[in-house]
Amino acid sequence: MQLATAANESLAHLSNNLIYASMAVYTIAFFAHIAEWIFGSRSKVARTAAALTQSGTQAAAPAVQVRGRGTTAVLDKPQVVTRSAAGTRDVPDGPGAAGGTVQGDLYGRIAVSLTTLGFLLAAGGVVARAMSVQRAPWGNMYEFSITFSTVAVGAYLLLLVLKKNVRWLGLFLVTTVLLDLGIATTVLYTDSDQLVPALKSYWLLIHVSTAIICGAVFYIGAAGAVMYLFRDSYEAKLARGEQPGKFATSVWERFPSAASLDKFSYRINAAVFPLWTFTIIAGAIWAGDAWGRYWGWDPKEVWSFVTWVAYACYLHARATAGWKGRKAAYLALFAFACWIWNYYGVNILLTGKHSYAGV
Amino acid sequence: MSTTDKASTEAPHDAPEPPDSASAVASAEASAEATADATSEAAAGAQLSTAPLEDAPGGPVGIGVFGWARWFWRQLTSMRVALILLFLLSLASIPGSLIPQNQVDLMKVAAWKSEHSSWVTVAEKLQLFDVYSSVWFSAIYLLLFISLIGCILPRSWQFVGQLTGRPPAAPRRLDRMPAYTTWATDTSPDEVLSHARGLLGRRRFRTEAGRGSVSAEKGYLREAGNLMFHVALIVMLIAFAWGQYFKSEGGKLVLRGQGFSNTLTQYDDFKSGSLFDSDELPPFSFTLDKFDATYERTGPQKGTPRDFKAYVTFSNGAHGKPEKREIQVNKPLEVDGSKVYLLGHGYAPVISVTDPTGKVIYKDAVPMLPQDGNLTSTGAVKVTDGYKDRDGKPTQLGFSAMFVPTFAGAGQGTMFSQFPELDFPALALNAWRGSLGVDSGLPQNVYQLDTSKMEQFKTEDGKPLSKRMLPGESMELPGGQGTVKFEGIERWATFSITHQPGSGLALAGAVAAIAGLAGSLFIQRRRIWVRAFRGKDGVTVVEMASLGRSESAKLPEELAALAGALHQQAPTAAPAPAPGVEDAEATEPAEAEEVEGERA
Ligand code: HEM
Repeated sequence: MQLATAANESLAHLSNNLIYASMAVYTIAFFAHIAEWIFGSRSKVARTAAALTQSGTQAAAPAVQVRGRGTTAVLDKPQVVTRSAAGTRDVPDGPGAAGGTVQGDLYGRIAVSLTTLGFLLAAGGVVARAMSVQRAPWGNMYEFSITFSTVAVGAYLLLLVLKKNVRWLGLFLVTTVLLDLGIATTVLYTDSDQLVPALKSYWLLIHVSTAIICGAVFYIGAAGAVMYLFRDSYEAKLARGEQPGKFATSVWERFPSAASLDKFSYRINAAVFPLWTFTIIAGAIWAGDAWGRYWGWDPKEVWSFVTWVAYACYLHARATAGWKGRKAAYLALFAFACWIWNYYGVNILLTGKHSYAGV
Repeated sequence: MSTTDKASTEAPHDAPEPPDSASAVASAEASAEATADATSEAAAGAQLSTAPLEDAPGGPVGIGVFGWARWFWRQLTSMRVALILLFLLSLASIPGSLIPQNQVDLMKVAAWKSEHSSWVTVAEKLQLFDVYSSVWFSAIYLLLFISLIGCILPRSWQFVGQLTGRPPAAPRRLDRMPAYTTWATDTSPDEVLSHARGLLGRRRFRTEAGRGSVSAEKGYLREAGNLMFHVALIVMLIAFAWGQYFKSEGGKLVLRGQGFSNTLTQYDDFKSGSLFDSDELPPFSFTLDKFDATYERTGPQKGTPRDFKAYVTFSNGAHGKPEKREIQVNKPLEVDGSKVYLLGHGYAPVISVTDPTGKVIYKDAVPMLPQDGNLTSTGAVKVTDGYKDRDGKPTQLGFSAMFVPTFAGAGQGTMFSQFPELDFPALALNAWRGSLGVDSGLPQNVYQLDTSKMEQFKTEDGKPLSKRMLPGESMELPGGQGTVKFEGIERWATFSITHQPGSGLALAGAVAAIAGLAGSLFIQRRRIWVRAFRGKDGVTVVEMASLGRSESAKLPEELAALAGALHQQAPTAAPAPAPGVEDAEATEPAEAEEVEGERA
């Protein structure tokens, strides 16, 4: 018994050290991202892209190359030409933070590598924590927070592995992950310990893990929506013939187009919505087992419901003409704000059955 | 998102397309043709979804009640109103999380009311303590419910029609579709088309041959999924309503060694839906044999509960065979659709009272109500009859009690318990006599003494009598009026017995909702057209295009894969000698440039 406790304590200690190490690595990744943005701002490619954006939309779409026999551009394989829907700006995606510069790209790659390293360290921290308490590491807010940011970074890295164009997210993500870990290690820190009986159930594993995954991925969707709003106003300004400020231009011209960001955010949110629905249902089943009622309008339940309805609202808005674009993006952000409030606000400020050991 | 909506209503919303002076002339020439193109494009996208078309804003058409009713119905079942109702529903559920609810915790409501007394009248008028059963909340979800039904029924109907429908003919201008490809081949148009049809058919597209073209469609499951999701929502709502009306929920405190049988009179408290019939309570009974609770002994979370277990002897039915069962916090006992949950636990000091003649007139285990995590508990011992004082006058006795399982020790200045287990149990009593007020007809709190008609026993020096005892110790009432003995300690557990019909249906609805949602969000409904015709130089021109309900990166990829496959069967024709260039360009490319112009 004594031995086991010692082992658990050293594991808990190891977990803390891994989390601190990951924060250090993320910090260096943060500076590497900054370097990427700075070197990228000297790019000629970015300037050219801006010029293209201003001169209209024509240059964006690839020309129709294959026609009848005898044209110069007969290809070996048929080439698919895509067109955006009527009414959307046909603006090309920006070249990314590195702006096509070799130096910027180098720093960007360093940043991604460091982010990967930080992720591995943080994931190790979460696993060590789980081993130290011999249960799923989701018993209190400290544990939620470290898992949350680790999953968010994991999702980002997964998108990169799938060759999605998400490098633009890097700086923002690393910054906020550092914030999250900072709050977790200072304000929310709780020593590792066992669970109160009400939390002992395999539904904990199911319900809480999916809840954290949903939150982390919704977070990436929300980040996309924020970027969309900025980039969209940048594009709208250009379309009106105005010239945004130098700094704004330098940043936003390197982002993907508003249409791409919008689609990105939608896809992420739509993909997670069924999982969120499942999370709520799993929670209801667990509440049925633990408290004898499936749904009791406990504050946590209320806010999960509000979040769910808000996301449903967003999906409907996307399907309804006239509510697309900015309005839908605002709804997505409202929905995510509900999620965050449910996560921090309800745990800390409202009391209900969902209160955990040491917050 | 359907293309029909897009064409009709979306354009004005987004930034207008800038006019392109270079192609203005060409556009003007082409304008008549463009109208024809537009209609053929609209047809291509028609019925790709069963989403209701947005009504043009404006008042009711026609006059009189019928016109208004029709207008109202149209509005109610429109997507716009569904959106607004959904948003209202999410906003309307918020107050219930900020203000305590009667349904959740009556004590908190009372506390809130005393803290915010000036708001109470307003809050009560607005039903803020019963948000989820309030008129306004119900109005929103009932409207949403009606809207949902009004929306889903016609859609299901339409969908059935679409299931047997055929993909629409290829639009005139395939190059206007979101994804497009073309090449020239030596294979004859008929052959190309039959290859194309075979290819699409093998990939489970529904195909239809047109004049010089093939139309194909796939992904009907998306619509099916969407309908299933919305119908599942209706099913879940019905299940909830069902559960609300027929549910029952009761609580019972059971002392170790004692039993409970499931009849209405045995409950300490009981709530049920308005259509519940108490004959439906399943006949079962159980005895609490043993209760185990373990707590963290060390560390910063010392005293935090780790494990609760109630061991019961359970018999199902009136004469069921007794069997041993365990009930844990997350593991209720299930009987015939009812569930027995373990809710709480505590201690019951065993107390005996002796009258002046030395006769034991009372001996019972008295449950005390826990006040904190270390189970500092309070309660009341009420001796309602059997006691006569020294003068032979019958009176009632009352003792207010405070029990701690782990006493800090004398002189520590605190009576609060230090740990939830029975390490150093102690009981402190105050003694009263007079009328307990139990026959006044008013409901009484069993854990509290109503001392308004009682008089406290005093010691010789006039101080109120009180004593802290360890098990086995006793307290003499002054003047030889009797003795109170702390005999020992029993445990009790509280159980909640709930019967919640409709939860199976709700679960089925929930599972169907997730499945439907996945279908609706992950399956693409799309159309593909292949056209092949003989160009001027006798070479076959193949065109392929696809159109999806929503823009997805997958659609162009899929078209590319299909084109690649078709290309293998109809490879690109060898380039003709240079002079042919002019010729070949004469038919199609002229148009192609025009297209580019118009697109700008
Ligand atoms: C509790 C209420 C509701 C929820 C949670 C809900 C949720 C959803 C979701 C998640 C989608 C999928 C969106 C997509 O395909 O991108 C959807 C689509 C849809 N919903 Fe609802 N919905 C609700 C009520 C309603 C109501 C009242 C109506 C009718 C007025 C309605 C009409 C539709 C339609 C027509 C679509 C398909 C849009 C399209 O074709 O893309 N929904 N709904």
